[in-house]
Amino acid sequence: MMRDVTLGQFFPGKSILHRLDPRMKIALLVAFIVLIFCTGNYFSLAFTAIIVALTVFFSGVPTKMYLKSVKTIIFIVIFTSVLNLLYGTGDVLWSWGFLKITTGGIRNAVFVTVRIISLILVSSSLTFTTSPTDLTDGLERILKPLGIFRIKVHEIAMMMTIALRFIPTLLEETDKIMQAQKARGADMESGGIVKRVKALIPVLVPLFVSAFRRAYDLATAMECRCYQGGSGRTRMKSLHLTAVDFKVLAFMIFVACSVILLNIFL
Amino acid sequence: MEFIKVDNVKFHYDIDEEPGQQPAVNVLDGISMSVEKGEFVALLGHNGCGKSTMAKHFNALLLPSEGKVYVDGMDTSDEEKCYDIRKKVGLVLQNPDNQLVASIVEEDVAFGPENLGIEPKEIRRRVDDALKKVDMYEYRLHAPYKLSGGQKQRVAIAGIIAMEPDCIVLDEPTAMLDPRGRDEVMSTIKKLNKENGITIVLITHYMDEAVMADRVIVMDKGKILTEGNPHEVFSKVELLKKHRLDVPQATELVYQLRAMGVKFERMPLDEEECVEMLREVLK
Amino acid sequence: MSVLEVQNLSFVYGAGTPFEKKAVDDVNFAVNKGEFIGIIGHTGSGKSTMVQMLNGLIKPTSGKVLLNGEDIFANPKEIRKVRFQVGMVFQYPEYQLFEETVYKDIAFGPTNMGISGDELDKRVRSAAMFTGLKEELLFKSPFDLSGGEKRRAAIAGVIAMDPEILILDEPTAGLDPMGRDVLLSQITEYHKVRNNTVLLVSHSMEDIARVADRVIVMNKSHLQMFDNTKNIFARGDELAKIGLRIPQITKIMSDINGDSGLFSQGILCVEQAASEIAEVLKRRGKL
Repeated sequence: MMRDVTLGQFFPGKSILHRLDPRMKIALLVAFIVLIFCTGNYFSLAFTAIIVALTVFFSGVPTKMYLKSVKTIIFIVIFTSVLNLLYGTGDVLWSWGFLKITTGGIRNAVFVTVRIISLILVSSSLTFTTSPTDLTDGLERILKPLGIFRIKVHEIAMMMTIALRFIPTLLEETDKIMQAQKARGADMESGGIVKRVKALIPVLVPLFVSAFRRAYDLATAMECRCYQGGSGRTRMKSLHLTAVDFKVLAFMIFVACSVILLNIFL
Repeated sequence: MEFIKVDNVKFHYDIDEEPGQQPAVNVLDGISMSVEKGEFVALLGHNGCGKSTMAKHFNALLLPSEGKVYVDGMDTSDEEKCYDIRKKVGLVLQNPDNQLVASIVEEDVAFGPENLGIEPKEIRRRVDDALKKVDMYEYRLHAPYKLSGGQKQRVAIAGIIAMEPDCIVLDEPTAMLDPRGRDEVMSTIKKLNKENGITIVLITHYMDEAVMADRVIVMDKGKILTEGNPHEVFSKVELLKKHRLDVPQATELVYQLRAMGVKFERMPLDEEECVEMLREVLK
Repeated sequence: MSVLEVQNLSFVYGAGTPFEKKAVDDVNFAVNKGEFIGIIGHTGSGKSTMVQMLNGLIKPTSGKVLLNGEDIFANPKEIRKVRFQVGMVFQYPEYQLFEETVYKDIAFGPTNMGISGDELDKRVRSAAMFTGLKEELLFKSPFDLSGGEKRRAAIAGVIAMDPEILILDEPTAGLDPMGRDVLLSQITEYHKVRNNTVLLVSHSMEDIARVADRVIVMNKSHLQMFDNTKNIFARGDELAKIGLRIPQITKIMSDINGDSGLFSQGILCVEQAASEIAEVLKRRGKL
């Protein structure tokens, strides 16, 4: 069912990750992803994998949820790792026709698999431990300097907030419309690709109409609540960096140094 | 004291804005009324009688084509006063799903005060206070889409209260709710009026809700059909029926008995009053 | 033989997860051909889930739905045919309109059944007639209609399939009193003319009292009561306990009646109440 979308799902809690400032979390996530792709040998790769495992463990979110988010991309992982496996260079270990597996291929496959899975796990840990509003809030504040390039950071953040708010509502609506059309004999489960795409029209048209109606209502409601864009606006929750943030930052610097050292010396 | 004054307002949509609307038709056709501070007024009528259009005039979302609307002495057509007016008159819409902005209840309630540029500490106080007033404080960290219709609508009301307006206009706030949700919202509205002295303009097509008001204004085809306290309005059963507005069954029963020749002094508005009157007659 | 029968019908949401919830729990009832059944209960009492199992939109976790004595899930590939026999009008059905014209939209269901030509035209027009849609509206875009007209067009889209059983989930929600009144009369008229079976889910006890022969009361996923409308509303105290009201007129009459036995039990309309009161007053020489 469509409700199984785990992306962006937030699990309230009190773990160390929950307590971090969203700005710090976003910055560290970006830094860590760069780091994952900087790993140069098995040792540094294993080291980052351990850090990922620790992050997952200390997030206080059921491991099942992480497995679920990995499951959604498992096809891509297998596909890319198989490709890497077959198109490597180095000593040939096994061959069959034009297919051959090399030491380089194995290395590439392991790296790509570990990197993609790590990427998904740390990104999930961000969305699982940060409420959507904190997330957009953090992004808005981090990206604020982009305002000088005439990028409308507040507007983008507002759009994200609204999108996050309405995704569940629209999913539920899609479900309802599908049921209603099925009750009128719409057949969405059988037939070729063309037939299936055609069968979506009775669902998509009402969905669009309803989305526009909601947008119109929401705009009215926002006007009623004196919304005038980002200028002159205050926030109820102000973000503060606390001791936890600096401790985690220090730890990340240590991790980064370790990865570099492992790359160089092993 | 006169808080809202509507002076001979006519209104029609421009053709460009609303395709399909005839430009010549006045949705509002010479409406004059006023709302006193602290009053609870019900605006009653069919869909399409102009009551929702009227509602949007109270906080300068729409401006009259002719005539004037004053809120606390401010002319709504004065563009500079627009946000001052919206600070004083909050509007709650029919569909509770479509007026909540944020994914967490308390963040949504904070949206209005944040737009007003209020200090974070003060926003916190107002949000907590507003949520307590509508009895939703314990849900402050919930996601709106998981709440029931009545709860969502109360959050929407809290979002308006947090702006500390003098008056709240509610445009059919219960039309999409189940009976339980309707009761929740109606008792919240009554409480805000009686305990917090907030002026209420309730737009509805339910008679049993209009009965709770101090004053009822009945609209039909862009005009005011009749107005007065609920007893006065609902004793005009014939007029209401002629315009196919329904009357509570309690009122209808006494009306039919009267037609059969039974003597009653007044029209009952709810079942308790009706039972009392019938017991008197049957004694 | 009953046209529709459910046996030990149950449905569990999210079975096997921590969010497991019984939405419908061991429901049994049978409906006769030509009956008008009212279904009442709170939001969350399981009535919406229950009715969606009756035409196979939701597959029961356990139990059976028998249509004319046959299990509708006996052959899963034929489930679409069941949906033509058991028509379902959802809440706010106007949100499912999608075609370019009202005519095409009403024709969507019958076309899916494989009907075309004159028969299709006849069905579309008669469905439009039952719901009081004017001829000239048929070739307009459904999005240009008024709220009440959209609702009627959507209901016509289900009626056009000419189902043996018609299920309506809160068809009058959000309409004003006049719209409610008109739509309800059209549904009763349709029921009378076609003589098919109608199941009406509603929160309005006044509406149920006006149209239903028998009433199903759902409470906390269970079928709490199933009886004649009169008998159901005569049990006002029990209904109050599960948080359901009875029609205002029924409440008033039962309050003044008390234990006196002056008036009948479960009075459902104002006319009956007025004439019974007048009768008593006449007997006492007060009128």
